[in-house]
Amino acid sequence: MAVEASVDQDREIDTADEAGTDLENSGNQRLIEIAIPVGTAIALILIWQFGVRIFGVPTYIAPAPSDVVAVFSDEFPLLLRNFWPTLYESVTGFFVGNLAAILIAVAFVHSRTVERAFFPIAVFINTIPILAIAPILVLIFGAGLTAKVVIAALICFFPTLVNMVRGLQAVSPQALELARILSASKSEIFWKMRLPSSLPFLFSALKIAATTCVIGAIVGEWIGADVGLGALIIDSTFNFRSPLLYATVFMSSGLSVLLFVLVSIAEKLIVRW
Amino acid sequence: MQGHQTTVAGKSPAAATLRDASVRFGSFTALSNITLDIDAGDFWTILGPSGCGKSTMLRLVSDLIPAASGSLEVFGKTTEQARLAREFAFVFQDATLLPWRSALSNVELPLEIGRSRGATIPTGDRTPMELLEMVGLKGRENALPHELSGGMRQRVAIARALVCQPKLLLMDEPFGALDEMTRDRLNLQLLDIWRETGTTILFVTHSISEAVFLGQRVLMLQAHPGRVKKIIDIDLPEPREIKIRETPKFNKYCGQLRVLLEEC
Repeated sequence: MAVEASVDQDREIDTADEAGTDLENSGNQRLIEIAIPVGTAIALILIWQFGVRIFGVPTYIAPAPSDVVAVFSDEFPLLLRNFWPTLYESVTGFFVGNLAAILIAVAFVHSRTVERAFFPIAVFINTIPILAIAPILVLIFGAGLTAKVVIAALICFFPTLVNMVRGLQAVSPQALELARILSASKSEIFWKMRLPSSLPFLFSALKIAATTCVIGAIVGEWIGADVGLGALIIDSTFNFRSPLLYATVFMSSGLSVLLFVLVSIAEKLIVRW
Repeated sequence: MQGHQTTVAGKSPAAATLRDASVRFGSFTALSNITLDIDAGDFWTILGPSGCGKSTMLRLVSDLIPAASGSLEVFGKTTEQARLAREFAFVFQDATLLPWRSALSNVELPLEIGRSRGATIPTGDRTPMELLEMVGLKGRENALPHELSGGMRQRVAIARALVCQPKLLLMDEPFGALDEMTRDRLNLQLLDIWRETGTTILFVTHSISEAVFLGQRVLMLQAHPGRVKKIIDIDLPEPREIKIRETPKFNKYCGQLRVLLEEC
């Protein structure tokens, strides 16, 4: 007990020290924190730029960053035209896949039989590489948006299912005893205890899903589409338009980052404990 | 505040009556043939070696686990009826607050549950806000549990237990995880609450001095199987203050209990 107390005290002193230095150098420290990653990125881009020029690498093999930037400004309407369908497919897939996962997780938690029946199937579907299942889904749903949405939904589904089941079961045994003493009904336990306590788990899964749903949509577009970032990737690759290919890749990762940031903001607003 | 449980005859009805009550988990007997009368308004502390069924006894009275044989009544009702009528409340060792709810909203939880089914939920004389004030948390009502210290969290849990004005308060080592000073303070606060509300308290502890300091009667349990070893009346001046722990009488009780505990 005494040892713990003194350790606690030490920790407090440590944090107090840190707070002191923070106050003195907080401006400098923050600047350094930002400068290090930004500086590294700029340095790498410069090495890339000069490397490509010095060794005379042909543009179709590896374009210089300046070429990519030029394409960004010249072909921006083209990039944007292909951005919207992918955004739509990713976001719709995100909602469909996660909603399905959440509802099935609720069913699993309520009935062991349902879980026993369907969990192995969920695992099986998850083991099929998305590249292998995509053509099957395109055959079933056609070359339109639906197939891409389904692929994006499928890729989100499993991590959310597993996390949500864990989250719904994360209520402590004592909290359940409390519920019993208050004679709480099953639905009261669900709405007042299980669902809120699952939210941190759910958001961990949603953050994964925010980036993977874009991958799902793009893979879907590879199989058969005339619009979308995935279609543009295929098109620019086969036409040796490497600067456009690179610009499209950056656009896709920008989309993932955007969705990730939105989910993180939602998490900050909702999970405040 | 006192009035709700005194009868015309002046003698208070039994808060809990156990007759040969046993609890079994499979082939393991956790409690064996417990016969006990707990009068309303009394403060009982329950002491015993680990595995003697102290917690099991509270869980039996609070309808969390059924009796394998024998019978028990809480305020003349079955434990299930008593639970549905919110005759008793439970305070766990861990505060068991819902982390996403503020202190105030945690205290309000018992008032929300059951309302949708139209169950009648007894509300006490004190509002949740007044209860938080009573346990010394005025001004912290909007704090989330993780922003409160262990002692504060446990006080929120006590306020939550009192919100339906229970006639019986079951406490399972509620201060076991707290440091000595916080524990002393909460012990005194609990005695104040007990005097003020007139509620019956069953308080499990593994601290001999806490058992003597709080209890009017100490129930000593014995393990393998869990059964009553002895009931000791603690005759110390009321209201109890911290300094009675220095008196020879207090220490005599502690010594007596320590000897009994060693025999178990």
